[in-house]
Amino acid sequence: MKKVSTIIKKEWMQVFKNRLVLFSVLFLPLFFTALPLIMLGVMGGSSSSVEGLTGEMPSEFTQLCPAEMTAGECAQVFVVTQFMMLFMLMPLIIPVNIAAYSIVGEKTTRSLEPLLATPITTAELLLGKNMAAAIPAILATWLSFGIYAVGAALIVSSTTVLKALFDPMWLLAVILVGPLMAVLSVNFSLIVSSRVNDPRVAEQLSAVVIVPVLLVFFAQISGLFLLNQQLILLMALGLLVVDILVLYLAVRLFQREAILTRWK
Amino acid sequence: MIQTENLSKQFQTTQAVDRLTIDVKQGEVFGFLGPNGAGKTTTVRMLCSLIGPSAGSAVVNGFIVGKQDRQIRQSVGILTETPGLYDNLSAEYNLKIFANLYEVTDPAGQVEKYLRMLGLWERRQDEAGTFSKGMKQKLAIARALLHEPSILFLDEPTAGLDPESARLVRDFIGELSSEGRTIFLCTHNLDEADRLCDRIAVFKTRLLVMDTPDRLRAQVFGRRVVMHLANASELLAAQVRVIPNVKEVQVIDNKLVINVDDPEHNNPEIIRTLVNAGAEIQFVGELRRSLEDVYLQLVRNAD
Ligand SMILES: Nc1ncnc2c1ncn2[C@@H]1O[C@H](COP(=O)(O)OP(=O)(O)OP(=O)(O)O)[C@@H](O)[C@H]1O
Ligand SMILES: [Mg+2]
Repeated sequence: MKKVSTIIKKEWMQVFKNRLVLFSVLFLPLFFTALPLIMLGVMGGSSSSVEGLTGEMPSEFTQLCPAEMTAGECAQVFVVTQFMMLFMLMPLIIPVNIAAYSIVGEKTTRSLEPLLATPITTAELLLGKNMAAAIPAILATWLSFGIYAVGAALIVSSTTVLKALFDPMWLLAVILVGPLMAVLSVNFSLIVSSRVNDPRVAEQLSAVVIVPVLLVFFAQISGLFLLNQQLILLMALGLLVVDILVLYLAVRLFQREAILTRWK
Repeated sequence: MIQTENLSKQFQTTQAVDRLTIDVKQGEVFGFLGPNGAGKTTTVRMLCSLIGPSAGSAVVNGFIVGKQDRQIRQSVGILTETPGLYDNLSAEYNLKIFANLYEVTDPAGQVEKYLRMLGLWERRQDEAGTFSKGMKQKLAIARALLHEPSILFLDEPTAGLDPESARLVRDFIGELSSEGRTIFLCTHNLDEADRLCDRIAVFKTRLLVMDTPDRLRAQVFGRRVVMHLANASELLAAQVRVIPNVKEVQVIDNKLVINVDDPEHNNPEIIRTLVNAGAEIQFVGELRRSLEDVYLQLVRNAD
């Protein structure tokens, strides 16, 4: 475990010296937190704009709104739920930068060879790299969700809307699915990172993992299907299995010799 | 400490190392000489369990390459061909990482010991990226020593260093050797190998020769005396051949080329014998081939 924590600390020392990476870890969550709060604030202020919005909502959604909810409240709930998806995306996007660079970066600086010459096992190395990227992403997500929740509680006065906001489904999504997503995205980026020779390629390829989730996001918006508690739990379960598989795969695919010698 | 038997490495189409069999003893400084692309780095990587051999076997510090890789990695130190430091981290932190990865019992103490020993203590807070080439090399050497390995692999430790830094590194290697460490030294520098090594292997994909520097010199670099005579002949040559310690005498035009181990000691007798036999000696000189010539010849012959 000592070796894993050494790797984590080392990665953080390096990452947080890189302004660009720091920016992506800090800016994205801030942006994703501020945006829905501003939306909520604007909508709470003028009810006429809210009426206009209701027309654009998927009809499946309006049906879900309880009868005692006003159209305005229903629209607010709609907006809130849309932005909840962002909190599931965040842990997916934030660590890509760090993880994608983490192996190929060591190849370019030639620091991988002395590192692999130490008695560290592949699993320890990858676990360290994994946690180094996933932990900041998860923390940033939780933190921004906290800020968002407090902010929303201050802005929104309707208890029905607040209830929708603190629906256990969303709490599950942010607390459970988020971190699992982060681990998935990190593992995928690590696999890509250990297979390519160019950091830019690693980042671009890693972004591929985000696309399916974006699809879910847009499917949600266009009312194709709606998330519910069961679906979230199912997702979490599925992700857990996938995470373990991908981690195993990452260790198997990390062939020390190929990584050292195919790089010139 | 290091035994290999027919150790070989093939990359897709290139045979990088071909049936290398060596036995490096405890406390020995073993010079591994060879031209670019000879397979030195490949050999070191195999012996440090970084890459696997494609054939043959090796035992390092009693551990079998390919089977006990973790134990090997724990017990050897390696200076890789490129220092591969973390440029944006301080010199001290660079070492601290490795002290922890090698599970050194007193990381701070070891880091300080080697930073001081290599004269980098004052600059410990500076980022490794700001270091000169020589300082980086020294830092990488320090990194290889933190866990006090009994075997040290050095892949061209003085390449690209100015004469003074190279001297410093060489002296340091001498010190390490006097502490009883086994050192496997890859180099292109014949002079360096000559001064530091107990034994030298000249290698180009295959092992060409392996011996102590002195015996190698005698064997390949052997000293030769050339005498210009007004009347050189096979008859005179035959007279010289029977003198003890004279190894070989050739007649080339008006010259006698005489192979002899110790010319300072044997020349007077050779000259006396020749004069008595009626030779008219015009010039006497030593035919010196540089270490470089001999090395180059060995390596060229290997093709
Ligand atoms: N990853 C690789 N893939 C294919 N061939 C390789 C690889 N690494 C080394 N080789 C080949 O193996 C041979 C030996 O290379 P190696 O790096 O071991 O030589 P070297 O003796 O260390 O040379 P130098 O003095 O230049 O450092 C070379 O022909 C090289 O092209
Ligand atoms: Mg080399």
